[in-house]
Amino acid sequence: MNPASIGVIYRKELTDTLRDRRTILSTIVLPILMFPVLTLGFGFVAAKSMQKVHREGSTIMLLGETNAPTLAETVRKAEGIRIIPPSDDYAMRIGDKKLHAALEFPSQFEADVNANRQQVVKIYNFAGETRSQVAVSLLRRILGGYRDQLVEARLMQNGLSKEVLRPFESKEENVAPPEKVGGNAIGGLFPYLIIFLCFMGALAPAIDLTVGEKERGTIETILASPVNRVDLVVGKFLMVFTASIVTAAVSLASFALTFSLPFLAAMEFSRKGQVPFDISVTGVAAVLFMMLPLTIMFAAVLMTISVWSKTSKEANSYVAPLMLLVLMPAMAALVPGFDLNARLALIPVLNVSLVSREVLTGNYPWLLILLVFGSSCAYAASALSLVVAAFKRESILFRT
Amino acid sequence: MIEATHLTKVFSDRKRGDIRAVDGVDFRCQPGGIYGLLGANGAGKTTTLRLLATILQPTSGTARVCGFDIREQPEIVRAHVGFLSTATALYGRLTARETVEYFGRLNGLTGDKLRRRVEELFALLEIGAFADRRCDKLSTGMKQRVSIARTLVHDPPVMIFDEPTLGLDVMAARTIVGFIRDCRSHGKTVIFSSHVMSEVQKLCDHVGIIHQGKLLAQGTLAELRQRTGQADLEEIFVQTVEVAS
Repeated sequence: MNPASIGVIYRKELTDTLRDRRTILSTIVLPILMFPVLTLGFGFVAAKSMQKVHREGSTIMLLGETNAPTLAETVRKAEGIRIIPPSDDYAMRIGDKKLHAALEFPSQFEADVNANRQQVVKIYNFAGETRSQVAVSLLRRILGGYRDQLVEARLMQNGLSKEVLRPFESKEENVAPPEKVGGNAIGGLFPYLIIFLCFMGALAPAIDLTVGEKERGTIETILASPVNRVDLVVGKFLMVFTASIVTAAVSLASFALTFSLPFLAAMEFSRKGQVPFDISVTGVAAVLFMMLPLTIMFAAVLMTISVWSKTSKEANSYVAPLMLLVLMPAMAALVPGFDLNARLALIPVLNVSLVSREVLTGNYPWLLILLVFGSSCAYAASALSLVVAAFKRESILFRT
Repeated sequence: MIEATHLTKVFSDRKRGDIRAVDGVDFRCQPGGIYGLLGANGAGKTTTLRLLATILQPTSGTARVCGFDIREQPEIVRAHVGFLSTATALYGRLTARETVEYFGRLNGLTGDKLRRRVEELFALLEIGAFADRRCDKLSTGMKQRVSIARTLVHDPPVMIFDEPTLGLDVMAARTIVGFIRDCRSHGKTVIFSSHVMSEVQKLCDHVGIIHQGKLLAQGTLAELRQRTGQADLEEIFVQTVEVAS
């Protein structure tokens, strides 16, 4: 290996790649836009549709209204509800989403309730349909309020306070430090995204720099130059590796920026309660470090497949199933209770995904970390020697 | 100087079995001379030249280029060779200047020496006007000139041309033919393959007729005429191939 000629190759591939619109799009533009567009876009659509639900209110039908005049009146007065006249085809209308829910009072409801005989009010709805469920929870709230009023009145009649029914309250309180809360929230998603992005970042240049040369007829030109084939493949590999790292870095910056915008952070995490939330910089740095050998492996494997292919199209069709093969183990960290052990630490991609979750939540199982890093390095080294061997085989370089 | 001895290349094909693309070929090309490899498509011309340029490795036999063995010292051989074929395309996203500089650097040229050499070639080949345009924006003729500059940047003593005029129009082909002649007058060793009889007849000092991987006949045009009793190269070629099969 000659560092000078590797440098010459690398610089040329860098210039070449920076002028390739497709690669720039997939390594820089796409990752920059991904997080803001996903978060803002999703947030915007969600907010819009919630507004619409709010504005229009829920369409409710009351069945057997005369059986429960007081309760029916309460429902009619409630906000966000539009009552339509009763009819027999309520089930069909609910199925057609024209009606959100129907409330059925059994006969003698009010009389029975006043006489302390328990009765059942039915809420007909469309299971799983959002607006129908909004109507259901609204109705539950109204019914609950009415029930509490009745209970309170009865207790007062007997000279009791309402605390009689609730001798004590319970309250939750978070004691985990903010970094751990943050780490736990993103611990599954973050490694998955980073693994995916590193793979995507390597993809376009790996194809362009190998089979792309076959397609454009430059492979014979470069092979006729005195450059050593090992130098050639190492220079190209370094370029693919760079692209992969840049993609990861750019998307990480975009991710951090998107979530540090205060209104977005509030929108995203307010649901988790007002718990202090932070992400450990050390944890993120450790994850990125663990990603290095994995990135090397991605670059080398993608280059091997691509240089073996006859056309970019062929390379792309091999890469699609490979992507699934990478994404499935990358998702491992999203599965709750699926924990790292010595055997899993030897499975590529899966091991990094699981160890990243540990590290982000502030756990450092050193022996397993060492095992994951060591095995990742071994896989990276084998993938590298594979791509170097491929570049030495004329049956691969001239496979057309 | 090129000396090929029993040069052989066998490709194994899953369907057709072993193919002897080049089969025990012996020949010798001298400095200041042009050796023309004449053969039909698939005769083994391209493979022979790729072996000499060390783009492919021989199955058996070998060749020496400027005294260096193509098996033992392929990188040194390539440093002494300029290889040009219709298959050696240019990097479309690099400019003409970047292209020639890149290949200069790969040949170990740096700094002022590289810059001077590039300027010299650009002046010689009249590339100056489009030196900073990207190669994929150049016309075929311009690309040809950049390719020539690319092959000459390290001033190699041996030039290998594989069907250099294939698919070119008359003017672009003339540029190439003129360039091949210049190489000879500069004392370089030139080997070139073609299936165009007139081109070989015009240019070559020595001719080798290759058919199904075997070199059937070689010598100067005069020697071949005498041996076959034919005046025209096309007749010489047809007769040689027919006698063999």
